[in-house]
Amino acid sequence: MPPPPPVPLVAYLTLSAILFVLGVAGFLIRKNLITMFMSIELMLNAVNLSFVSFSYHLKQTDGHLFTFFVMVVAAAEAAVGLAIILTVFKNRATLMVDEVDSLKL
Amino acid sequence: MDPILFAIFAGIAVVCGIVMVTQRHPIASALSLIGVMGSLAVLYLLLGAEFIAAAQVIVYAGAIMVLFLFVIMLLNAGAEPKPLRSSYLAGFLGVPMVLALMGLLGYLVKRSFPLDVTVRFGDFTGGSAKAVGDALFRKYLLPFEVTSVLVLIAILGAVVLARKEMD
Repeated sequence: MPPPPPVPLVAYLTLSAILFVLGVAGFLIRKNLITMFMSIELMLNAVNLSFVSFSYHLKQTDGHLFTFFVMVVAAAEAAVGLAIILTVFKNRATLMVDEVDSLKL
Repeated sequence: MDPILFAIFAGIAVVCGIVMVTQRHPIASALSLIGVMGSLAVLYLLLGAEFIAAAQVIVYAGAIMVLFLFVIMLLNAGAEPKPLRSSYLAGFLGVPMVLALMGLLGYLVKRSFPLDVTVRFGDFTGGSAKAVGDALFRKYLLPFEVTSVLVLIAILGAVVLARKEMD
């Protein structure tokens, strides 16, 4: 059995595009605040995959550093965002975005 | 070995992504997102990014997703109710537009990179902890320090937001 052909770089970038589009779709269809937030994380991950594959292609470490910074920002964003979601739930007793439609109670 | 590993883990990532978007229950979404992140870590390894793969497992799949699961369980979030009336506009306009976005991205990627640019495991060794740390503490020292301030602010913000709802 001959060895399978090597993986083109395009395959990685296409996977990244697919995951990003799934994140966009999830952000638009889901009504639950937490699931929408997780869709944003999926989009960040998709872009990270692009960064790492470009870094491989250019044979430079810089893309890894960008991925690292994206991870740190995602961690900070998750902490603050989930605290906001907790506060919203305490005040309104719901997580559905359709019902959170007024700025002031 | 490379193409087989890529096929397996790319497949797992796409399937878990679809499950994450289509599931109504947040716990199911969170668990499949962990699946996506784990398989992405393997793909990072194939691309020669050892440090980033480890950080992906520890920070993303570990810390961030545990935070998500804690909040889901703390709020006792159940499954989303089925919508009373489904929007026809969403079905007729939204789905084709999402597919169009994917097609456009795929076309651009295909246009800018020929198929003979391939990935071979071991060709790029600049992703070790040593190389990344070297770049982090020399070339990117200022952004790194600014990031620490950002994380500090995020901690303060989270504490303030969580404290306010107690009294």
